[in-house]
Amino acid sequence: MRFLLDAEQREFAASLDAMLTAADTPSVVRDWSRGDHARGRALWRRIAEAGVFALAVPEAYEGLGQHPVELALAFVELGRHAVPGPLVETVTAATLLTEPGPAKRLLPALAAGETMATVARDHGYALDGEAAGIHLSLTAEGLRLAPGHGPVRPSLDPARRLTPLDPGGELLATGPPLAPALLLARLTTAAQALGVGLALLDRTVTHVKRRTQFGVPIGSFQTVRHQLADARIALEFARPLLLGAALTMTAEDVAAAKVTACEAAYRTARTALQLHGAIGYTAEYDLSLWLTKARALRTAWGSPDECRDTVLSGGRRW
Amino acid sequence: MDLAFTQEDEAFRAEARSWLHAHVPTSPLPSLETEEGFAAHRAWEAELAADRWSVVNWPTAYGGRDAGIVRWLVFEEEYYAAGAPGRVNQNGISLLAPTLFDHGTQEQRDRVLPSMATGRTVWAQAWSEPEAGSDLASLRAKGVRTEGGWMLSGQKTWSSRAAFADRAFGLFRTDPDTPKPHQGLTYLMFDLRAPGVTVRPIRRLDGKPAFAELFLDEVFVPDEDVIGEPGRGWRIAMSTAGNERGLMLRSPGRFLAAADRLHTLWQSLGSPGATRSRVADALIGARAYQLFTYAAASRFLEGETLGPESSLNKVFWSEYDIALTETALDLLGEEGELADTDWSERYVFSLAGPIYAGTNEIQRDIIAERLLGLPKGRR
Ligand SMILES: Cc1cc2nc3c(=O)[nH]c(=O)nc-3n(C[C@H](O)[C@H](O)[C@H](O)COP(=O)(O)OP(=O)(O)OC[C@H]3O[C@@H](n4cnc5c(N)ncnc54)[C@H](O)[C@@H]3O)c2cc1C
Repeated sequence: MRFLLDAEQREFAASLDAMLTAADTPSVVRDWSRGDHARGRALWRRIAEAGVFALAVPEAYEGLGQHPVELALAFVELGRHAVPGPLVETVTAATLLTEPGPAKRLLPALAAGETMATVARDHGYALDGEAAGIHLSLTAEGLRLAPGHGPVRPSLDPARRLTPLDPGGELLATGPPLAPALLLARLTTAAQALGVGLALLDRTVTHVKRRTQFGVPIGSFQTVRHQLADARIALEFARPLLLGAALTMTAEDVAAAKVTACEAAYRTARTALQLHGAIGYTAEYDLSLWLTKARALRTAWGSPDECRDTVLSGGRRW
Repeated sequence: MDLAFTQEDEAFRAEARSWLHAHVPTSPLPSLETEEGFAAHRAWEAELAADRWSVVNWPTAYGGRDAGIVRWLVFEEEYYAAGAPGRVNQNGISLLAPTLFDHGTQEQRDRVLPSMATGRTVWAQAWSEPEAGSDLASLRAKGVRTEGGWMLSGQKTWSSRAAFADRAFGLFRTDPDTPKPHQGLTYLMFDLRAPGVTVRPIRRLDGKPAFAELFLDEVFVPDEDVIGEPGRGWRIAMSTAGNERGLMLRSPGRFLAAADRLHTLWQSLGSPGATRSRVADALIGARAYQLFTYAAASRFLEGETLGPESSLNKVFWSEYDIALTETALDLLGEEGELADTDWSERYVFSLAGPIYAGTNEIQRDIIAERLLGLPKGRR
């Protein structure tokens, strides 16, 4: 038992962090929200060059094989920098595509970051259908390559654009590995949420040190300090659940990580908004990019209640 | 990074499990917080110690198994899963012993530790005073230099189990003229039955005499019972309070077992929907605490000091414990009102969690200042 990241893993996360910091993601997100995907695609390719998507693609199709721990680390950074696009959906698609024909045709482009994929369950929404080149729909008969997408509906998070998928299309697999794919979707969503929460906490700590009222920094008021301490506690206890789930990949562990990371991020979002005061309530201020995402991720790929149900199903597990 | 235990660790787990299976009393001992229960728990400590299970992480020379922190965690998981009794010498084992390992003399370790391991000497912590709670450094009980030792006078309070314990350790002001309140304090051990000591039990919320106040009137303590240098007591007390204690004060095993029992209770009542999410959160919280502790233990093994992180720990487990036991009482409905059930005893004890070991407000201040770097505050 050595529940500790090794040097290589820490370096991988740190180098992604440095690359994304330099990329000025907030302005990329704002373009993306207006439907202008050019800079988002460029960033996406650099993320692929760092190896992120390949971490979900089998080696036979130009990937690195599945590495949930590294994927979780990467998605924390993607969330921390509010990177837009169907990130979770792309790695989920990589898991769903196991039939040799379609896999050979579609996966190498996903691993290389040339194409984005999106996925819709039954008649649900697919994220960023207008940006994705591969549209997968999970239906009763199996996995289909949808011919296109319907009208875009805005999400509470302006950077997420929701699209229904057109019915029909090529049947790619009759029995795709649904359970593992959903596990990976939940895990990466949890990681992204944790990153969102960490960014919210960071920015709020910076703000309360700078903003003065009554002649002192507001960060010296105990109620302010204690709310941030609580946010830190919530996020710090989500992290080991996330990494533990990435190691075991059991349904219970992944569900526990999802509900905890998403709740921690959401609570941190509420605190961040409150402690920023009115400026936090504006779309112009960058904080909003993380605030709205924390809300959206909370229900994406499994609501808190669904995740809690998964935790309760079954006997003694830990 | 991995969560797998070595074969040797698994063998250790199996050995602990089978020993506990053979020895854990089949009906629960009377409450630890009563005189009769205290004696029964002391006897249980002796039984544990006879097969070297009372202090598994200590060196073998003092009755331990040299087991290290990972095996200590494994042992605790098995211990609580087996429904074994509460530990009467918790204060000695988790606070005084690490202090002696780090700052005591060889002579002190040889004299104090073996009888702590067997429960022959049960220790009480005498830190708090009526006027020195959260602001512990303002303490006033004093030690005055005398031939071959110190004369202690003053009052200590809220001393857990001091009503029945044998000896105590605490901080005393030995130099009243220092510029700062943290200076001039000396850390020492004294006998609760020494001349000049009066112990007055205090009844806690449920009426049990679980702690006590101590009145000290010229109590002699020989130099050999001073821990570290006179006047440097604060640093010594705080260093041991921070690091290992963050790990050792409350083990994940305790909460994993409790969450499991809550889950079983919930299922036995037909899995009522109204408490569904609270029961799920209890399971999730226990797992989170377990993994958080594994991560901390792994860092500790790599030689890192954990310091202010133990404040994250403290707030988490204390609030978690209350939420868990409240859920159990709510589930039990009318039955939950009954005193003297396992759950109600646990509930009463859980209520104190945010108060003792440094209140949660104080812990949040530490997190804000030392982990988040926020300015020292208006309080
Ligand atoms: C069951 C139990 C067992 C105990 N066992 C022991 C023992 O064995 N040995 C021992 O020495 N002590 C023991 N204690 C005492 C415990 O350590 C103290 O109760 C604790 O340090 C708080 O001190 P206080 O009770 O004087 O509260 P106070 O310090 O008076 O605090 C009262 C309230 O004010 C808040 N407060 C105080 N200062 C601040 C601040 N700066 N900012 C924000 N809020 C503040 C506190 O958080 C608390 O909510 C025990 C207590 C209990 C309940």
